[in-house]
Amino acid sequence: MTLLALNPLVSPDPGLFIWSTVAFILLFFLLSKFAWKPIVQALDERERSIEDALVKAEMAKEEMAKLTSENELLLKQARIERDEILKQAKELKDQIVSDAKTAAQTEGAKMIEKARTEIENQKIAAMAEVKNQVATLSLQIAEKVLRSQFEDQNKQNELVTDLLKEVKLN
Amino acid sequence: MDLSHIFNSKKIVSIAFSAVFLACTIFTSVAQEPVKVEEPHVSRSEMNAPHEEKEEDISATILHHIADSHEWHFWGEGDHSVSIPLPVILWSDNGLVTFLSNKHGHNDHGTEIFEEDGQKLINYHGKFYYPNAAKNAEGAYVELDENSVPTNAKPLDISITKNVVSLFISIIVLLVVFISIAKAYRKREGKAPKGLQSVLEPIILFVRDDIAKPQLGYRYAAFMPYLLTVFFFVWLNNLMGLIPFFPGGANLTGNISVTMMLALCTFVLTTVNGNKNYWGHVFKPHVPWWLYPLMIPVEIIGLFTKPIALMIRLFANITAGHILILSLISLIFILKSVLVAGIAVPFVIFISVIELVVGFIQAFIFTILSALFIGMAVEEHAEH
Repeated sequence: MTLLALNPLVSPDPGLFIWSTVAFILLFFLLSKFAWKPIVQALDERERSIEDALVKAEMAKEEMAKLTSENELLLKQARIERDEILKQAKELKDQIVSDAKTAAQTEGAKMIEKARTEIENQKIAAMAEVKNQVATLSLQIAEKVLRSQFEDQNKQNELVTDLLKEVKLN
Repeated sequence: MDLSHIFNSKKIVSIAFSAVFLACTIFTSVAQEPVKVEEPHVSRSEMNAPHEEKEEDISATILHHIADSHEWHFWGEGDHSVSIPLPVILWSDNGLVTFLSNKHGHNDHGTEIFEEDGQKLINYHGKFYYPNAAKNAEGAYVELDENSVPTNAKPLDISITKNVVSLFISIIVLLVVFISIAKAYRKREGKAPKGLQSVLEPIILFVRDDIAKPQLGYRYAAFMPYLLTVFFFVWLNNLMGLIPFFPGGANLTGNISVTMMLALCTFVLTTVNGNKNYWGHVFKPHVPWWLYPLMIPVEIIGLFTKPIALMIRLFANITAGHILILSLISLIFILKSVLVAGIAVPFVIFISVIELVVGFIQAFIFTILSALFIGMAVEEHAEH
């Protein structure tokens, strides 16, 4: 006690001790109830909500990435499909064109053939006509000649002689 | 420990700058104050060896500045001083005695007996005693022991002293600030902090994440209110002690009664929350049985040295800071040259800025050690 009594600084003062104890305990209870509880709760809650938000954001990001990759895949498939379709279309077109060409050629050939046959027929018919015509004309000419020949007796004789001569020659 | 978010904050930097400014204004005002204090001492000291007496006066002045008082002194000396008288409450032999401290003048040499509520009292160096029947050699009604401490009986002094007023002011400030912040949290639920809330939130988080959680683990939540209360109480009072004029300058956390009360709170919490493990560690330490007679007393003493160290650390650090600042200022009066101020004042400003840091660090240390002691008491498995 003499050591403590040496300096008033290190000797506790009962009055201040009592007041500070009462005041501090009061402060502790008031702050605990009206300040620390809501503050700590609010901080915890906010931290939790931030964490939740971050987790959700991360999830959304993953989802997004997944969707993007899916989209890309779809796009790729679509592109392949489109190429396929285009290729098929081209083939089809080529085939149609070539088919058309072949058909046109055969048809053309056929038509030419037909035309040729027709021309041949027409030619034959025309020839026959010409022959008939010529025969008729010849007969008519022969008739006229004969008629004019037979009007004169001399001439008939001459002819007969001629004919006979010819026979003799044979 | 991650403190960077505190030290990097622009707000903290600006607070530090304003603190430096405040320190400048503070110490110009403090520097003027002791001039008036000096005069009566000089006239008194002429009888004795003047030089020695002078130095004693300065240490007395310094001790007076950091000690408790029944009035809140502003300036002036004796009957010309300007101060707020504070109520004196004494539990004496005749029951409760109350009066304002200026009612019976400013005589604190114990040479005048006054009577209040039928109780005869004297004021000796700011403390109230029952008077002796006869005067001593100096004309005071006291009997001094070899350390110049009166041996007179005295009533229980539960006055509202300067420290008690400062205590109340700090408590009102803490209540107003934190209850308003709590309201802000309730009103702006889930939103970002704003204003005062955003200034104090990093510090609350600092107490939680850097003090409570590392020491207490998952049990931290139960002790958060105590740790936060202690931290802000100590910090605010450390800072208020650095302001030399009203409402600061009371040196509350540099008073051993207050640090004793705080250490006792930690001690009570440790003792009440101590689990089987903790007491087992004290009474059945992990040493060979024949060391028990040595170890058990050591462990029991250890229970008490921890809070005592807490008490003395805070008290000594804060008081030392105050004494250092006052001593540097007193250099001007010891060397009797105003030119000394050119060196002393920058030094005082430097030390004051350090004291601002010390104020925070001591609050932090007190809180983290409290958390550590509580943590040791509630730990499930002792790792030894």
